[in-house]
Amino acid sequence: MKGRSFIEILEILAAWFLAFLWILPLLYAFWAAFHASEHSIHFNLLAPLTLENFREALSQAPFLRYGFNTFVLVTMLLAAQLIVGTLAAYAFARFQFAGSNVAFALVLVQLMITPEILIVENYGTLANLGLVDTILGIGLPYMASAFGIFLLRQAFKSVPKELEEAARLEGCGLFGILMRVYVPLARPTYLAYGLVSISHHWNNFLWPLVITNSVETRPLTVGLGVFASPESGVDWSIISAATLLSVAPLLIAFLLFQRQFVQSFMYAGIK
Amino acid sequence: MRLSQDQMKHVHGWLLLTPAAILLVSFTHYPTVATLINSFFSKGTAIRPSRFIGFDNYRSMAEDPIFWKVLGNNLWFALGTIPTSIALAIAMALLVNRAMPGRSFVRMAYFTPTILPMIAVANIWLFFYTPDIGLIDKVLGWFGFAGHNWLGDPSTVLPAIIIMTVWKEAGFFMIFYLAALQNIPPELGEAARLEGANRWYFFRRVLFPLLMPTTLFVLINAVLNSFKLVDHLFVLTKGGPDNASNLLLYYIFESAFSFFDTPYAATLTVVLLGLLAAMALVQFFVLDRRIHYR
Repeated sequence: MKGRSFIEILEILAAWFLAFLWILPLLYAFWAAFHASEHSIHFNLLAPLTLENFREALSQAPFLRYGFNTFVLVTMLLAAQLIVGTLAAYAFARFQFAGSNVAFALVLVQLMITPEILIVENYGTLANLGLVDTILGIGLPYMASAFGIFLLRQAFKSVPKELEEAARLEGCGLFGILMRVYVPLARPTYLAYGLVSISHHWNNFLWPLVITNSVETRPLTVGLGVFASPESGVDWSIISAATLLSVAPLLIAFLLFQRQFVQSFMYAGIK
Repeated sequence: MRLSQDQMKHVHGWLLLTPAAILLVSFTHYPTVATLINSFFSKGTAIRPSRFIGFDNYRSMAEDPIFWKVLGNNLWFALGTIPTSIALAIAMALLVNRAMPGRSFVRMAYFTPTILPMIAVANIWLFFYTPDIGLIDKVLGWFGFAGHNWLGDPSTVLPAIIIMTVWKEAGFFMIFYLAALQNIPPELGEAARLEGANRWYFFRRVLFPLLMPTTLFVLINAVLNSFKLVDHLFVLTKGGPDNASNLLLYYIFESAFSFFDTPYAATLTVVLLGLLAAMALVQFFVLDRRIHYR
């Protein structure tokens, strides 16, 4: 701390204190999950560690199945979003087709009116399609993402036209140009959007709650919500263990690739 | 007949857009319009089919005390979360925007709540707020305060949820301020120091105005979130006690899926859509023009 003013040292201490305060709830959940519940209530720091809570949580609710459902949902959804979004963004970025401005404005409507606001009508639509209580049904309303289309369009627009001309002279067709020129050059955008989409849908709750009602389709968030609702009377340490199980995959990914996560959120927000 | 190159671009454009268009129309545009139409119809039963009733649903909504309560709660929720989380986000960004020991840990600590699902956050905080045995009452107990049912008391439940939401959101907003601060030339700070401006003055007259576009962006996000974020209510309060923590979207959910009153849920959704549309207009016509730095 040499060469720092008194105020600066105070500010650094404040930053640390705030950080400690911010991480405390998570640390506490972590601590509780590894201790028997009578210790977590009395906050006995010397209590013995145990994995019993995790065993109990796993035996009381099928969290592995929920995790699998979430994984299937997130993967399927991201693949669909990328394909649908890439095609639409290509159309907006490089084809001055009739009505493109109006169409783009209509796409952007979804930035404001996200599917969770329309749960009532969308539930009816999916019931008519016979897709209630399916993983496809959870994903369908999100597959065309205005946000993804917008980001990819920006990225495609910044690709120099000369590259497209060159590819055309080499004999590439429309799809060839898209796959060989635009998609590779937009890789940072794909990465950023991918991470944001995965985190968002891993954590999404309201719509999956509405549309699912069985163990075979419930994602982790809904499974956790059902498990931990106050009337279920499950004990606190077990809930902590279940909560950690549900957030662990994303949390670990975040801790490992912090930089990419933060930059992706930032990049996606600023564009 | 062959289409010219120029005509082909219309065909190609629309073909490429088709998958997205079908999905967006089915799950965004059609339901928006259908919601509006359904809000003018009565609830259909086995004996009496649904019929056109004009503004009756809106009339009963205007007379529904829960609706007004929920709308008021949403307003307080927005007012409670947005300024606090923005102020904290700016403070956090200023604090970590320098070389300091443990900087990456501090940043990580601020940002981590962002990637947790709201439902998990609610689970963790539920225990803090539990009467008597919860962490908050425990700590207050050391100082001789009696336990309090934070989530069971109508006067403390909304503040309790607001604090939790601020914790969840501040770190997310921080990263946008950090990005903005890194784009501000350091010469400005040096110049201010040479002129003898103190740091608060520098922040108020230089930094804060320069951060205005970021604040606008964050503000819009925060307002949207305050209407869309209801996951925590499912775990913490179910909107209770006596609707003291109920929010508009949660009330829509209850009306549709607990009370099975779809037309009323549609009517409430129209209100929410109206609020979002108003926000979009404000963003477009007012803020965008005024805030861009001259």
